[in-house]
Amino acid sequence: MMFKTALAAFSALWLATAAGAEELKMAVTTSFANSGLAEVLLPEIQADTGIEVQLLVVGTGQALKLGEAGDVDAVLVHAKAAEEAFVAAGNATHRREIMYNDFIIVGPSADAAGAGGAGSASEAFAKIAGTQAPFVSRGDDSGTHKAELAIWKSAGVEPAGDWYRAVGQGMGAALNTAAGMDAYIFADRASWLNFANKAGLALVFEGDPALFNQYAYLPVNPEKHAHVKGDAAKALEEWLVSEKAKGLIEGYQINGQQLFHFNAEAM
Amino acid sequence: MNDIVEGLWQAARLVVTLDSDLAEITLRSLQVTVTATAIASAIGLPLGAWIAVNRFRLRRAVIIMLNALMGLPPVVVGLIVYVILSRSGPLGVFGLLFTPTAMIVAQTIIITPIIASISHQAIRELWADYHDLLISLHATRRQRIATLLWDGRRALMTAALAGFGRAIGEVGAIMIVGGNIDHATRVLTTAIALETGKGDFGLALALGFVLIALAIAVNLALHMLSGTERGSRW
Repeated sequence: MMFKTALAAFSALWLATAAGAEELKMAVTTSFANSGLAEVLLPEIQADTGIEVQLLVVGTGQALKLGEAGDVDAVLVHAKAAEEAFVAAGNATHRREIMYNDFIIVGPSADAAGAGGAGSASEAFAKIAGTQAPFVSRGDDSGTHKAELAIWKSAGVEPAGDWYRAVGQGMGAALNTAAGMDAYIFADRASWLNFANKAGLALVFEGDPALFNQYAYLPVNPEKHAHVKGDAAKALEEWLVSEKAKGLIEGYQINGQQLFHFNAEAM
Repeated sequence: MNDIVEGLWQAARLVVTLDSDLAEITLRSLQVTVTATAIASAIGLPLGAWIAVNRFRLRRAVIIMLNALMGLPPVVVGLIVYVILSRSGPLGVFGLLFTPTAMIVAQTIIITPIIASISHQAIRELWADYHDLLISLHATRRQRIATLLWDGRRALMTAALAGFGRAIGEVGAIMIVGGNIDHATRVLTTAIALETGKGDFGLALALGFVLIALAIAVNLALHMLSGTERGSRW
């Protein structure tokens, strides 16, 4: 009897992978997935539009690559320059801004470099570089990594040396590394708030407008890849800019803090 | 140390409450790896036996290659399968990337050399004992291979289990070709990598203990079904 039940469950699962509702594959960044917002939005999207969104959680660089190859139907990332190049190359039909959150600088709670007292994000980076305090970088060509490099550039510092450690991994793994060696790290607020292994780290700098992090939705061009589900991608976009999405995005909180600010414009 | 205790405790809680997410990813782990092991055994066992009973020019080279391929790096296999199955790759029209099928393909490639190598070794020794008998009975080549496979079934089960063991704990390849999509391609190992990334070591360890328990359970079940390791037998 037990065996039969197990067999039935087993074969059901076997079949379940083949059939199902309309599926749409969307590549999203680790920072978006780690925020936990997806768990709120996806069930609502499925209920309202009947689309089952399957998330591929990767860095922005890889997400755009997946879109270019036609392996996903849509992309939700945060690296404006790369996104515009992506649209210009004909890989996506257009770029639609949805919402933004912000980056923060995390570091050892003692803050030996004094980054917390800086007036701007680039000044904070300059202080960290000045004291050669250990700094962990994503180093994976992700949106967060690109934003970090832009701030190094505006600080006029070429980050290199023993103190600058590029781990080439996702946000969570990079935070784990920083926690392990008590280093500074550039992170998005959502990942930080959801991160469970904070150890001796604390938020040291926030609030500079240079740290705003704009997310945009890019439906993959069906003219380039005939198999792409253009209609479903369009339906998803309409849902993402709807009033209902606005309410859910603005209302999403971790530890009483609002994470995302909805800023999609009607087209 | 605290994390490990916490992990054990969480593992127990997840199993006792029959957590639906846990059941889903555990079943998917089994689905992918059992299928891959079955396919790899169907290829690897006869291949190992065939190499053992046949003498041909490149036999030694083939054996060396098989042994070397046991160490195939999963991440490279994953990458190759990815590039082939990608929409812009040669088999892209099938749309198999990021499906359990792609994961099965990758794992099959990884473990077929392991199963073939171990079964070849076992069959070769058996063949030395059976050679004269089978030749004198005028057994055809097919009959010889069938006899050897049947009489060597215990050693061959070890070969299949070695393949299963490698595949069930593998993460590099299936992360790349499966994409770790929730409710679609997430399995135990990729879930562990994900939870580690979130810094949730307790849950990651809990999943790890479930994975180890699963491997033990499968081995136990197979041994009981096949009746090996009975007290009365050496």
